[in-house]
Amino acid sequence: MNLQERLAAGDVRALARLLTFAENNDPEAEEVIKNLYGRTGSAYVIGITGPPGAGKSTLTDKLVKTLRARGNTVGIIAVDPTSPFTGGAILGDRIRMQELFTDPGVFIRSMGTRGHLGGLSKATQAAVRLMDIFGKDYIFIETVGVGQSEVDIVKTADTVVMVMVPGLGDDIQAIKAGIMEIGDIFAINKADLDGADRTKIEIEMMLDLNENKAWRPPVCKVVAVENSGMDILLGHIQKHRMYLSESGELVKRRTRNISNELMDLVRDRVMEFITRESGRKLPVDDLVERIVAKDMDIYSAAEYIMEAINK
Amino acid sequence: MDKPIRVLVAKPGLDGHDRGAKVIARAFRDAGMEVIYTGLRQTPEQIVETAIQEDVEVVAMSILSGAHNHLFPIVVNMLRERGADDVLVVGGGVIPDDDIPGLKEAGVAEIFTPGTPTTKAIEFIKQNVKRR
Repeated sequence: MNLQERLAAGDVRALARLLTFAENNDPEAEEVIKNLYGRTGSAYVIGITGPPGAGKSTLTDKLVKTLRARGNTVGIIAVDPTSPFTGGAILGDRIRMQELFTDPGVFIRSMGTRGHLGGLSKATQAAVRLMDIFGKDYIFIETVGVGQSEVDIVKTADTVVMVMVPGLGDDIQAIKAGIMEIGDIFAINKADLDGADRTKIEIEMMLDLNENKAWRPPVCKVVAVENSGMDILLGHIQKHRMYLSESGELVKRRTRNISNELMDLVRDRVMEFITRESGRKLPVDDLVERIVAKDMDIYSAAEYIMEAINK
Repeated sequence: MDKPIRVLVAKPGLDGHDRGAKVIARAFRDAGMEVIYTGLRQTPEQIVETAIQEDVEVVAMSILSGAHNHLFPIVVNMLRERGADDVLVVGGGVIPDDDIPGLKEAGVAEIFTPGTPTTKAIEFIKQNVKRR
């Protein structure tokens, strides 16, 4: 059997190898997804995001165990940062998920960002599709620890759970602009620490300022290491899912995401074309030199490149 | 940066000390590898399942408890049973010289004992890994 047949038949090693191909830009992964594209779209995708050390992996571990107890199968994509200097990475999210390793209903894949900004890796969307084709009911994407602007998860997940912790204090002011906008649900983890109630109030107050939206993100307190609050959090996720499908927002959201991804994909391919052709059909370096020497202006150079692409 | 070697750094058995594993994980990272680190006290089943799901090319096990003769061969055999016999398995830690030939015979490609420069392990992996 080839990889595609093995994937469709639920072979774990085939899924693992195709994920490697997707990460390495090997065309075989794309080929398989093309052929089985009709089987995508049935998994529900949950994004887990938040600052470093907030407890995203531990929370994912506990949510997944709760879902497993209800008989659902789960795929997990755990993203950690790649070094911009060496290309290496320490992928350590699994440390908090040890009991899931040998559960046959769970598949975990760790990924480095490999130069991609935005909190995810470039292959994340392909990985979601492969796990979806494989037949997982739920797919969790755990982002890198985020700061202010890593909001790509909102373009990939159906429900985004924003994991916060007490004690960030005034720092919360700093992150609200980017991050506060993408949470569909706020989970205040480590809620046994001082300041959890204050954090909850601060988040609620900021949500009060949201323009009258049909979905008001719920804010719940959890203690992931003690497995406390998971049923409530999962309840919020289910409610959000129901809201999305009943209001028609799920289709809208997925349509918007596909549109974004398509444009990203085309942008990547255009850049690939330019890189590949530079020095051959496209004298990019010469153009740059001419611009620097004021022999040509930068806009005409861009037009020249666009004409080469159009040919 | 497009095809880093993927390595699982694993701590099988019951010893509770992973300073060495962390040092080697960091060295592999600085050598441009993607290192999956799963923490202490891993069973062979956990190590093998992780190696398969992560599709690693190398499993590097660190052990200090003396159970290497028992645990290393189990991991090698379980990988073979799962069809993952193309994975390079190496070991490190407190391992007596006398035990090394037996471990190599069992399928562990190389053993790195205390004092080995990390560069030696990195070189060995780069030369012996089967790329995907």
